[in-house]
Amino acid sequence: MNVRSFLLCLSALLMLSLPSPPGASAAGEDLASLLQGLGAKSRRDVRQAIMALGTLNDPAALPALEALDDRHLRVDKAGRVYIKAEDGSLRDTLSGETVELEAATLRTPRINNAIRRALRPVIAQLQLHAPDAAVRLAAAEELTKRPRPEMMGPLQAALERETEAAVRDVLSVAVAQMQLQSEDQTVRLAAIRTIGESGNLGLRPQLEALVATQEDGSFVEADPEVREAAEAALASFERTQFLINSLGNLFYGASLGSVLLLAALGLGITFGLMGVINMAHGEMLMLGAYASYVVQGIFQESFPALFDWYLAVAVPAAFGVCLLTGMILERGVIRFLYGRPLETLLATWGISLVLIQSVRLIFGAQNVQVANPAWLSGGVEVLYGVVLPYSRLAILLFVALVVGLVWLILQRTRLGLQVRAVTQNRPMASCMGISAGRVDMWTFGLGSGIAGLGGVALSQIGNVGPELGRLYIVDSFMVVVLGGVGNIAGTVVGALSLGLVNKLLEPVAGAVLGKIGVLIFIVLFIQQRPQGLFALKGRLAES
Amino acid sequence: MVSSSLSETSPEPLVADPPAEQPEQSGSVLTTLLRLHTRGEWSLIGLLFFLGVIVIPGLNLLPADSAFHFPDYLIPLLGKFMCYALVALAVDLIWGYAGILSLGHGVFFALGGYAMGMYLMRAIGTEGVYRSELPDFMVFLDWKELPWYWYGFSNFGFALGMALLVPGILAYIFGFFAFRSRIRGVYFSIITQAMTYALMLLFFRNDTGFGGNNGLTDFKRLLGFSLQEPTTKLGLYVTSVVVLILAYLACRYLVTSKLGRVLMAVRDAESRLMFCGYNPHSYKLFLWTLSAMLCGLAGALYVPQVGIINPSEMQPANSIEMAIWVAVGGRGTLSGALLGAFLVNGVKSWCTAAFPYLWLYILGAMFIVVTLFLPRGVAGLLRRQTEKRERVLPRPADAGHVSSLSNTGERG
Repeated sequence: MNVRSFLLCLSALLMLSLPSPPGASAAGEDLASLLQGLGAKSRRDVRQAIMALGTLNDPAALPALEALDDRHLRVDKAGRVYIKAEDGSLRDTLSGETVELEAATLRTPRINNAIRRALRPVIAQLQLHAPDAAVRLAAAEELTKRPRPEMMGPLQAALERETEAAVRDVLSVAVAQMQLQSEDQTVRLAAIRTIGESGNLGLRPQLEALVATQEDGSFVEADPEVREAAEAALASFERTQFLINSLGNLFYGASLGSVLLLAALGLGITFGLMGVINMAHGEMLMLGAYASYVVQGIFQESFPALFDWYLAVAVPAAFGVCLLTGMILERGVIRFLYGRPLETLLATWGISLVLIQSVRLIFGAQNVQVANPAWLSGGVEVLYGVVLPYSRLAILLFVALVVGLVWLILQRTRLGLQVRAVTQNRPMASCMGISAGRVDMWTFGLGSGIAGLGGVALSQIGNVGPELGRLYIVDSFMVVVLGGVGNIAGTVVGALSLGLVNKLLEPVAGAVLGKIGVLIFIVLFIQQRPQGLFALKGRLAES
Repeated sequence: MVSSSLSETSPEPLVADPPAEQPEQSGSVLTTLLRLHTRGEWSLIGLLFFLGVIVIPGLNLLPADSAFHFPDYLIPLLGKFMCYALVALAVDLIWGYAGILSLGHGVFFALGGYAMGMYLMRAIGTEGVYRSELPDFMVFLDWKELPWYWYGFSNFGFALGMALLVPGILAYIFGFFAFRSRIRGVYFSIITQAMTYALMLLFFRNDTGFGGNNGLTDFKRLLGFSLQEPTTKLGLYVTSVVVLILAYLACRYLVTSKLGRVLMAVRDAESRLMFCGYNPHSYKLFLWTLSAMLCGLAGALYVPQVGIINPSEMQPANSIEMAIWVAVGGRGTLSGALLGAFLVNGVKSWCTAAFPYLWLYILGAMFIVVTLFLPRGVAGLLRRQTEKRERVLPRPADAGHVSSLSNTGERG
């Protein structure tokens, strides 16, 4: 015990007497003794040792500090500390050599939040020496969030060393943040400018504190130039914020539009072809989502190693299930109702009730959760505060792919040719030897299958419940009304513009009033273009 | 219902009704009224009236231990059915006779209900939970004064007028734009459904000022009568029956009048009607608005009997269910609509209590079976039975080139 206390005092003395980096051997001893301090029984001693290590700024201390944070540090009776490695062996804190010791004689230093608060910035500070730029970047960001005045020196040193531009930017913001409290006016002004240019909205409170007024109306900050600079930086923050919000809205609008597009694509095709409104179309989305839920469950149970690739099975499975359901519906119910669209509407509503209730009985009325594969979770942060989730990005791509495929099917295959022929003139197409009934069946199946794909997409961005389809069906009808029937371009334009308008109106008018605004817009739009954007012309438009 | 066989107008296109049915322009109101039905039908109506207004209330007023006592809990249920029947009448008017399928009648119904609910809220006075002049939910939301659109609703007459006017005005504006741009068929249905959806979302908001999610409830009094009293419930029920029968007769008059025949022409061959010099737009708009107001009236009768009105009444599903009442009963026949409303809701009340899991299957099956096999509903089935007995009806040969999609059995 006495030895350890002595060493601790010695190290403190050494630090006082040697502010400049000491020689190699002296530093090694110093470091070793400070590391022993991490095993002190008193938490205050531990904190002091951590602080001292931070001042020493030697990356060799990093493994021990990280071990302390992860509770992998062990102390023996003599007060020497060791790192417990992954394999359970004990290693020396500096050399990393394995040490043979009785595990039972060791104790784990207890740490509390106060120690953690001291520990984390020191770890981050030492990580600035790491060879990996990503680690340095993360460390710099951590330091920006929790600045400490005594880190000024090491940070500035790190900034001078740093070669990676991204890390430099973050570091300079961290330094600037500390310089806000500087005595020197020019240093402060430069710091404010740096922060303003960084666009880091997390630093907004610091700037606001500079322009705040006290209760008697006088400014907290005495220096008018500093205040002005802070105002300017805040204004630039406003612009950044606006830009970020608009970008976010655009992205989410496009994302909503893409989901609507998958829902409306099949609807538009079947409506164009058969003049049939399929109220059960939303339930195809729901079935697709549940199909991916089932596939996901099977993978979780039986092939956990392949879990990341379950979507490769879920997509065809959902398509198949919905294709089959759609074809059965067409053959079983809808084909008897051609030429009576209102009756079809009611009959398909009945079908949707049956489907919803069946799913409710099989899977329960509660929502179920479909787990994302690992490569779809998380997102990419394009700007401060704008995170684009990978799942939504993937859906955008997926939708583009599906639209392309559908276009190919309609334009380049025999079925597509027949579909277009029947859409344009059913009796004439029949006269030319096209089996209109078979085309109807396949088209209906195709439309339902596409909705099933939409269901897979929906399962990746939200919960799956029996009523899932109901949420989207009204909007997808609006897309069809707006965009047109049997015409992919119209549907694409309709869906994306509806999604965008919805999301852009939301912050202005609120979600509900925005929706009502969209509805009014559609009714007025139909005033101007009774056929919508769609391309049915001539006699067909009247029938 | 069998007796309605020959005199009810046929939903089948271009089948002329016997000319004797046309009400003549001359003659007193009474003779006009009497011409609406044959003697047999009048006696049936009289019988139902007698049953609904005299017999059931009479049995209900018997002492509770009597074997013939009509149970109290059934009275509001029957009253509810009367309101549903009124809705079915309204839906049939616009769908069965003008071929316009509305998926928005739930909104008109709920709006009428809200107008009445607002009166009932104001009639609570200071007896609410918070002992405030304002309705409870406003106190809860920390509102200091009544929003302007609540003014006047403490007056019963004003509220009743609004129950008719608000749905009427909404329907008029909506219909004006929709019919002017010649939106018809499924397009019209979809647009009305979107309207329903949007309004439902609007009423779900707390800020809209109608109690948000919870709606309006905890009513105490109607015109000074306590709503908890069985006699008040009985009175409301009798009122519903009387209103229903009056509304039925009014609709009957309307559809057998010249106006009604123009409307049926709208349904069966709108383009042809236009070439004859009629403007279908204004006819449709009139009927559409009337139908909405009738629905509002039904809502106003409904709310005091069930004691609550909330936005879930506006769910698109409810509006579609209204269409199935009419479809089951037989659209294009007013009596069929009434029959359907009673039938479907009777089954629903029984089934949701007995087999709650099966109800949606039964409802779904109803939708499918009726559209596939019973395009003219139960009324059509009954009539076919009588017709079979009398003669084999030749199908009209020219039904093929009827242009309207809505009602032709053939492909357009």
